[in-house]
Amino acid sequence: MSLMALRERLNVLVNSMFLEGLLDQQFRQLQMLQDASSPGFVAEVITLFCEDSERMLTELTKLLDQAVVDYQKVDAYVHQLKGSSSSVGAQNVKLACIQFKQFCEENNKEGCLSALNMVKHQYYSLRSKFDTMLQLEQRIQAYDSEQQN
Amino acid sequence: MAVVAEAQFHVLAVDDSLMDRKLIERLLKTSSFQVTAVDSGSRALEVLGLSEGLTSSSAVSPAHNEIEVNLVITDYCMPGMTGYDLLKKIKGSSSLKDIPVVIMSSENVPSRINRCLEGGAEEFFLKPVQLSDMKRLRPHILKGKSKEQQPQEEETSSTSISSNKRKAMDEELSPERRRLKLSNYSLI
Repeated sequence: MSLMALRERLNVLVNSMFLEGLLDQQFRQLQMLQDASSPGFVAEVITLFCEDSERMLTELTKLLDQAVVDYQKVDAYVHQLKGSSSSVGAQNVKLACIQFKQFCEENNKEGCLSALNMVKHQYYSLRSKFDTMLQLEQRIQAYDSEQQN
Repeated sequence: MAVVAEAQFHVLAVDDSLMDRKLIERLLKTSSFQVTAVDSGSRALEVLGLSEGLTSSSAVSPAHNEIEVNLVITDYCMPGMTGYDLLKKIKGSSSLKDIPVVIMSSENVPSRINRCLEGGAEEFFLKPVQLSDMKRLRPHILKGKSKEQQPQEEETSSTSISSNKRKAMDEELSPERRRLKLSNYSLI
């Protein structure tokens, strides 16, 4: 595939993610911060976000699996997850976290369980598109460096 | 393209989230600041040359491992020492009190914001911090530098803090308004 075609595909993907509400303007901020001096910035942030999120989702699953739920700990993790999703521009994940926080404040176990499922659903949808995005970015970067040699 | 020679100021960024550290680092570097990013308040104090065990009143000349910091930007919610605790420690230290401190938080809680402003924070940024927020840092640094040369004007500060407080209460922070505007400029 030509460089132009790759770029086009990436643009179409990212635009569709905005339209579907997966991403918000914060993601545009990240894109703006990427430049020649830090070409891998967006990829780095996305990778950190995914690592962070998966770790927290694992902890949240464990916590909600207990007979007696420690809502303070749950709230702390949801707060963190909400923060990271907000920082990366992961709109749907962030909104799901806000819902989750609500149930947590009410000490509502059923609500928390369903909210956790929603967060997971949103996160994994986003994650698969992020994976595609990163692959396209990599191929574009490789092309660019090839061109320069 | 004209290149304006500007002093490179050094900002100490404090955040327990690795992701947010990367982000603030990039925002600061893009805005021509030198950055040191640490993951806790206690680490920040080490960098500032004020370790937990030492009293701030001990007259010490800058330690060999101490770097000059022109501004501290810190997250509010951190385990152990919060951003507010760090702020108080800095403002309570004779050697560090003139360093401007900015607090960041993902939550818009007026009482929290007020507490920080009253504690001596220059400004409070709502997360996610934007590139445009970086422009607000330099004036605080320059003001801080001139303060070092002038005697403290305690009365003026408390007047301006209470007017900022009134502002914080009155302003309805809509989704569009993500930062508190402080007019500290009346101090100059």
